[in-house]
Order: sequence, then structure tokens, then C-alpha cells
Amino acid sequence: MNNQLSHVFARCAKENRAALVGYLTAGDPNVQTSEKLMLALAEQVDIIEIGMPFSDPAADGPVIQAASERALAAGSHIQDVFLIAQRVREAKPEVGIVLMGYANVPYTMGFEPFAKQAKASGVDGILLVDIPAEESGICAKAFKTHDLSQIMLLAPTSTEQRIALAASIAQGFIYYVSLAGITGAEMGEVKNIQDKLSLIRQYTKLPICVGFGVKTPAQAESIATFGDGVVVGSHFVSQITSNIHDDDAMVSSLTSSASAMADAMKR
Amino acid sequence: MDYDLDIKHAPDEGGHFGKYGGRFAAETLMQPLKEIEDAFFEAWADPEFHKERLDLLKNYVGRMTPLYHAKQLTNEVGGAQIYLKREDLNHTGAHKVNNTIGQALLARRMGKKKVIAETGAGQHGVATATVAAMFNMQCDIYMGREDIRRQAPNVFRMKLLGANVIAVDSGTGTLKDAVNEALRVWVASCEDTYYIFGTAAGPHPFPLMVRQFHTVIGQEARKQCLEQAGRLPDVAVACVGGGSNAMGLLHPLWDDESVKLVAVEAGGHGLETGEHAASLAKGQPGIIHGSLSYVLDDEEGQISADAHSISAGLDYPGVGPELAHMMDIGRLDLDSATDDEALEAFEMLTKAEGIIPALESSHALAAGIRIASTMKPEEIVLINLSGRGDKDLNTVMDKFGFDVESEDE
Repeated sequence: MNNQLSHVFARCAKENRAALVGYLTAGDPNVQTSEKLMLALAEQVDIIEIGMPFSDPAADGPVIQAASERALAAGSHIQDVFLIAQRVREAKPEVGIVLMGYANVPYTMGFEPFAKQAKASGVDGILLVDIPAEESGICAKAFKTHDLSQIMLLAPTSTEQRIALAASIAQGFIYYVSLAGITGAEMGEVKNIQDKLSLIRQYTKLPICVGFGVKTPAQAESIATFGDGVVVGSHFVSQITSNIHDDDAMVSSLTSSASAMADAMKR
Repeated sequence: MDYDLDIKHAPDEGGHFGKYGGRFAAETLMQPLKEIEDAFFEAWADPEFHKERLDLLKNYVGRMTPLYHAKQLTNEVGGAQIYLKREDLNHTGAHKVNNTIGQALLARRMGKKKVIAETGAGQHGVATATVAAMFNMQCDIYMGREDIRRQAPNVFRMKLLGANVIAVDSGTGTLKDAVNEALRVWVASCEDTYYIFGTAAGPHPFPLMVRQFHTVIGQEARKQCLEQAGRLPDVAVACVGGGSNAMGLLHPLWDDESVKLVAVEAGGHGLETGEHAASLAKGQPGIIHGSLSYVLDDEEGQISADAHSISAGLDYPGVGPELAHMMDIGRLDLDSATDDEALEAFEMLTKAEGIIPALESSHALAAGIRIASTMKPEEIVLINLSGRGDKDLNTVMDKFGFDVESEDE
């Protein structure tokens, strides 16, 4: 059983704060710059989600869609995803590393070789947005063999039955989607998120991170009062978009926005 | 006619046909999909649902559609007798309306006031906009910008019918991107919006449901063939994009072991060029748009941007999971027709029989004619003429270099 992610949450709890989970798409805007950005982000966050670019990101809003398109157009490959994970692991032994993306990429590579290489690259967990609990058997064995946590999503539309099902197989943490929508939309009502988290906690002792739509330190702060972690994705990717021709500005803009998020989450 | 309402060759509880299918969807959509599944099975067991559905299919759509013995075409080809199932004579000009009637009735039962749909050639968009107008539902159609350019008459038809047509610029601006965009919109609006999926693909229950709504095609054709020819066809042929007209014609013939079932994929510029839409012949198993099936993608799982067909309705890099299953177990034969072969068949049918077929259906015709030419006159080839060609006249005019000015001189 992989304990790296639980160590991360235990450390944050000890410091009386929620974990900051940061997402960037691997290879965006190109592999070389992406590596710099990921290393900079890893300095600021507790868990880094490394997005695997995909041609058809049907659960993502315009910001992360564009990130995937940039990465693929710049020639990013799955091997670059592993390479970036490895660099992050070498630089930050204590950070949690999660690969996030769509099923067809690991399915086409083969879940077994995918999981093996992910593990060798220092990855702790895998989150595939289009593999719900019902279909998770397709990759569960490979992830278990290679000691990778299978992270499950829950959403505002998840019934108690579905929560129980996801809780029975989830490892590492639960990723709660704050809104019925795509990445980068407006965050859901805090009260609704809080109520749903209370319900989910009846079914699992795993930490629960809240993501989709968290764009400001104030939002992160309010989620951090009851969530175990806050996921920021589109907002970090936007730091790339708004500094697209200047690598140094990209890195410093990402660093300052991530550090502002982290500061806001201290309880 | 009396239709058989038994669900044959049903998938497992999770919507798997063999190892294909399933429900590979975002968590947010899992419950809405389950609600559609429950509503579908409940409706399917309700005689009132079928009474209304079949009444609309008869009096609004014009079913049953004829089975036509194409004697002139048969003579020209010089082989097996060619019979055409005339889905082109349906209201709106293609088979698509069989499905949109069924799903719109379902949406109404579920209390949804708004429907959305993706469209490639525009036939499914028109069929959806049509039923939305009739049922007084708000309707948004997602269509790739490239397809909007290719299918202007259908875009105008949808607008006339009161639908909003929303151009999709992401990705390659074709059908797969329109599906992605419709899924994104549906995730955020599933509370009051029903997604009328247009083909026998996507997450469970769409492959099963769309197939069931289209089996009227094959059930009628089977009965008509027995009545007219006194026997079943030897070969049944349908074109395949996602697979809705193919499942409609072929599924009811599955258990007639003597009938060879042929799926014709779009060969585009030729299967060897990479510019085609032959997912079953040239793709590999993959997960796209909610189900596991055959996909045209690269060795890293990126979906092909090179999928190509002259017919926008076949220009799709995936295919319905049940067709993948039928192929695997040996109950489906594959064939393909290139852009040029489809155009040739288009012209041949038009001149021989006075029937202008859709470019999609022209692929089935091209393969069907080729197959018939190798067979004996006492044998029968049944071809699904899934739609009419009016919408394709601009494309064909370009291809044939027709210029009205020079005709005048």
C-alpha cells in the first residue's frame, strides 16, 4: 500500500492546514519549459498533479483544453510525462505526485507497462477522469501491482450509493468536483460543497480534496476550513497563457500565485 | 406492422457487449446516465410508450419505408438481385429520426425541457431539431466548424426549425469535437437538459437504446423481403460511421445465420493512405466518448486528426461497441468504399433508378454493388439506403465541376 500521499496529508494536518494540490499539463507550452514550471510548482504545493495531454479532453474547460493542444502541438509524448515526474521526484522527495488524464492514453500503452513506468518515475497515484468506479477493474490490478493509489472522483450528482461504491475502491484521497461542470468553470456554492463532504465522510476516512473552479486565495481559504486539500488547475495553467512568450515571467507568475494560495490555506 | 419489442443480444448490466462498451464517463455524468437507463427500460416496458412512438413513426415519419427491388441497377450490375431499404423516404430524409423520436419521448417522460445534440453531416441535428420543434423543446445543436462549411443547407434547416446551431472550433472542428463539446455542456446542464445522442456509440445506455430505436429498419426489411422475394437476403449491407443505420438494419438479422452481415466503412482517399474513417478495419481498441470500442488513434492513444471521408456523417474516428463485438465474434464482415467509389455509386443509382442517395449511403451502395456483381441472379443483396442526397448536392457539384453559368451557354 502506497503511503506517500497519506504522509503528505498527515504532515499538513500536523501543520494545521489543508494540502495544496496543483495541476499543470505536462509538456505545456513545451517539454523544456514545462519541466521548469513543474519544478517551480512542486516547491509551492503538497501534491502535484501532472496532466497527461490528450487530444479529446471532454471534461476540461477552454484553459486546460488549450494546454493539451499546446503540449501535443509542441511534440509532448507520454515518455515526457514520466520524465517530468521523475525530475520532480528527484527534486522533491516528500511531494505527492499524481498523474491525471484520460483513460485512452494508459489504455493504449497498456495499464501494466504504464503503471510500472509511472512507479519507476516516482508517481504515487493515478486519476483517470473517465474511469468511474464501475469500470475501475480495467486498471485496478496493474495499479495495485505497482503500488499506485487509484484516486476516485466524486461530484455533486453522486448519489449515496455511488459514494459508497467509489469509497470502497478509492485510495490516496477522494477528489471532490465542486460543481456539475468542466474544469475552470465557476466554483460551486461553499455550503453545498461542505454538506456533500460531510456526507462523503460517512463513507470514507480518506482525505477529501476539492477542485474545479478554485481561482482565488479567498476561495482556497474557505474550502480549506473543512476540506483536507484544495486543487487548483486552470488558474495555474492561466499563468502560462498570460505569459506565453516569456519563460521567466511564467515561472515567477506561477510561483507567486501558488504561494498566495498556500498562504491563504493556513488555518 | 407488428414490431418485435424483445431486446435481443442485450449487453450486460454495465452495458458491455463482450469486452466493448461500458460507461467510461466522468463521475458527474454517471448518475444522469443511470437515470436515462432507468427511464429507457421503464419506457420500453410500457405499452403506452410504444403506442405513441409507433404512431409517430407511422403518421409523422411515414413508416414503414418501402423495400424497393432495384431492377435497373440489378441489370446493370449483372449479379444478385439488389433490394434497397428506403430510409431516405423518411421525414427529414434519413433514418436518424427513428432515434430522435424515441429519445425525445424519453426526454419528455423525464421532464426535461431542453435537448442538445451533436451532429456531423447535420442529419442527426435536423432530426433532433425537428422533434424538438414538434415537442416544443428548446434545442441546441453542436456542430464542428468544418462540418458547418460542408453542410450549409442542413445548418439552415436546423435554424428554420428553431434550433441554435453552435459552431465548435476545438480540435479538428468535426464530429468528434462536436461530441466533446456537447458532453461538456451536458455535464453542466444535466439537471434540465437531455442529450439526444445520435449514434449507437457513447456510454451505456446509448448504444443499446439507439440500436433499439432503429431496429424497425431491419424488422421491416426482413418481413418485406420474405413477402416480395419469398426468402431472406443472402447479404445485408449498411454503411458505418458510428453505426446507427447499420445496427438498425443488421441487428434484426443477427439470428438469421444464412444472412451475411456487411458493415461498410468510409475508405476516404484509400485505406493505405491513413486518410479514411475505417475504425474497425484500421483502428485498435480504445476508449473515447464514453465507451470502449475500436478507435482511430496513434500508438500513444491520441485520437486521429486525419479521419477523413467525403461524407461528413461517416467522418468519425470511433465506432459503436456492439459492432466491434460482432466483428470479434465473427458475425460481421467488414468492407469499405473510397470517396471515389462512393461518388461512382451515387451517380450510378441516380441514373439507373432516379434515386439520389446520401453520400453516406453511397458507401453502402458501392460495396453492395461490388458484392452483388460476384453473386448469382437468384441471390439477394439488401442494401440500406439510409438517407437521401439533397444535402450533399453542393459537395457533389464541386466534385463533378458543375457550373450553372457554363451550362447556360
